[in-house]
Amino acid sequence: MRETKGVSVSVSSAIERAVRVETKREPLPPRERLQQVFEIEDLSADYGSNPALKDVSMEVYKNLVTAVIGPSGCGKSTFIRCLNRMNDLVPGFRQTGTIRYHGQDIAAKDVDPVAVRRTIGMVFQRPNPFPKSIQDNVAWGLKVLGMKDNLPERVERALTQAALWDEVKDRLKVSALSLSGGQQQRLCIARAIAVEPDVVLMDEPASALDPIATQAIEQLLHELKSEYSFVIVTHNMQQAARVADMTAFFSISRGDEGERWGELIEYDATEKLFTAPSDKRTEDYVTGRFG
Amino acid sequence: MSAADLGMLQRPNDRLRRRRAVNRGMELLAWLAAAIAVAILGIVVWSVAKRGAGELNLDLLTKPPVPFAIGPVQQGLANAFAGSLVIVGLATAMALPVGILVAIYVNEFAPRPIRLGVGLTLDVLNGIPSIVIGIFVFGLLVVGHGQKGWVGAFALAVLMLPLAARSMIEVLALVPGSLREASLALGVPRWRTTLGIVLPQTVGGVVTGTVLAVARVAGETAPLLFTSSIVGNQTSWNPGHALQSIPVAIFELSEQPDPADHARAWAAAFVLLLFTLFASLSARWLATRSRRKIGRAGR
Ligand SMILES: Nc1ncnc2c1ncn2[C@@H]1O[C@H](COP(=O)(O)OP(=O)(O)OP(=O)(O)O)[C@@H](O)[C@H]1O
Ligand SMILES: [Mg+2]
Repeated sequence: MRETKGVSVSVSSAIERAVRVETKREPLPPRERLQQVFEIEDLSADYGSNPALKDVSMEVYKNLVTAVIGPSGCGKSTFIRCLNRMNDLVPGFRQTGTIRYHGQDIAAKDVDPVAVRRTIGMVFQRPNPFPKSIQDNVAWGLKVLGMKDNLPERVERALTQAALWDEVKDRLKVSALSLSGGQQQRLCIARAIAVEPDVVLMDEPASALDPIATQAIEQLLHELKSEYSFVIVTHNMQQAARVADMTAFFSISRGDEGERWGELIEYDATEKLFTAPSDKRTEDYVTGRFG
Repeated sequence: MSAADLGMLQRPNDRLRRRRAVNRGMELLAWLAAAIAVAILGIVVWSVAKRGAGELNLDLLTKPPVPFAIGPVQQGLANAFAGSLVIVGLATAMALPVGILVAIYVNEFAPRPIRLGVGLTLDVLNGIPSIVIGIFVFGLLVVGHGQKGWVGAFALAVLMLPLAARSMIEVLALVPGSLREASLALGVPRWRTTLGIVLPQTVGGVVTGTVLAVARVAGETAPLLFTSSIVGNQTSWNPGHALQSIPVAIFELSEQPDPADHARAWAAAFVLLLFTLFASLSARWLATRSRRKIGRAGR
């Protein structure tokens, strides 16, 4: 660790700075006092005959931001897509293990994935607004799901929560495709929270955005986490350090016959994981020495 | 680069020269092939236009044919034009909804093996000669019941079905999966996602596919010979009876000894040709437009 070269030193000091800034907020209560949203046990996932994840066990807590970090291909997307049964749509996908959501196993075959996704929303890596007006993007889900009372108020509330209202309030009827990438992503967040989910999953929501738009989204996570629980995948360690209360580090393991799969290496309070990781692989990764 | 190397480039050796010759030869061949294709279309259009354009007038479209006409009676083919409109319109009404539903099922709901199976079926159906479809429908619906306009429409609908379904499948495949995921992630059921998000993206494509399919079957003769060809000369819009149609009329007129009949056959052929050209071009235009629209939505 001491003999790291200039680059990684500056990366880690940037992280430390970010952590120091963020940890001014109140310290996390001990884990047993936190309420569990997800209790994941021995989750394994395969695409056809290729393993993607093996034996992931962890808990996700209520009203926290939980970050998932790790190198490309370690199964971060696969993991969070398991949490709302999004992978059901992928041909050849199989998973084993249990994912208990407030005590109920949502990975079970007889659970309706539509009902799961109704309470566990998702925001994707690339903004994917519907080719409809800004207003209809938010309102469509509400209408379909029968939340038709106070529709305009609901739309306004969601757009306000997503820090987009001021920018679009004068052109709600304009096509959502005319918005900038960052605005589109915030619109997708508004769309997801408008239907009042319990958990919002985000798969690298800021990876296509500039620093200012990214900051807006991070700010939004802080403000909304009293109402929702967030699980956010990110490539950006500073971002994890800034926004997350808990952080899970995934990495790639290799088998004897060259097969590769993702594994959960370490899961802890963000500050602990970044400043005093207990696994060598985590340390290498967060100090930028990942190879 | 040294002067010697440059000299090599300037004075090509034999092998290089041969390679260039082969290259130029292949280019010429490809150009010729393309020119032939264009020329064939040109010749067809030109020769039909030359013989048919002169005969083309309003009477042709509005007046019925007069049997055993003596003297210069203005003869038309109104019965054929009316019949074609009814038959092709009905055929579209039958084939289009089924084609769209098949495509939706195949693309949005069916598991992979079924998808492949239905795709193959559509291809086979598409490859069946129209005369075979004609005799099949003849055996199924005409024998013992007589010819009827709607039976002819049914035969054309069988021809249209694979065209409509195939083009719809293609359009649905263009709709980005990220849009479906966006909707499903809200907890919206599949069918609502299909109706509310996917289908609105395909309107342009549906129109394009329909226009092409209509253009394709409007000139079909064989199935109609079996199912809707024993007709009188009066103009009828009733698909409960056998109806005359443009392609059958062209066929029958061309068998007549009278040169005036031949002229009308050419004129009708010219109308059919114009319709097909117009339909293809507008379908092209619509297709690029809707593709651009879907492309914008995907990103
Ligand atoms: N739809 C799919 N079909 C087949 N294999 C897939 C599919 N999606 C992912 N995989 C494989 O599963 C493994 C994990 O992929 P995943 O997308 O979960 O990684 P990730 O950690 O999200 O990577 P990134 O940071 O690049 O997004 C990879 O080896 C990938 O090739
Ligand atoms: Mg990913």
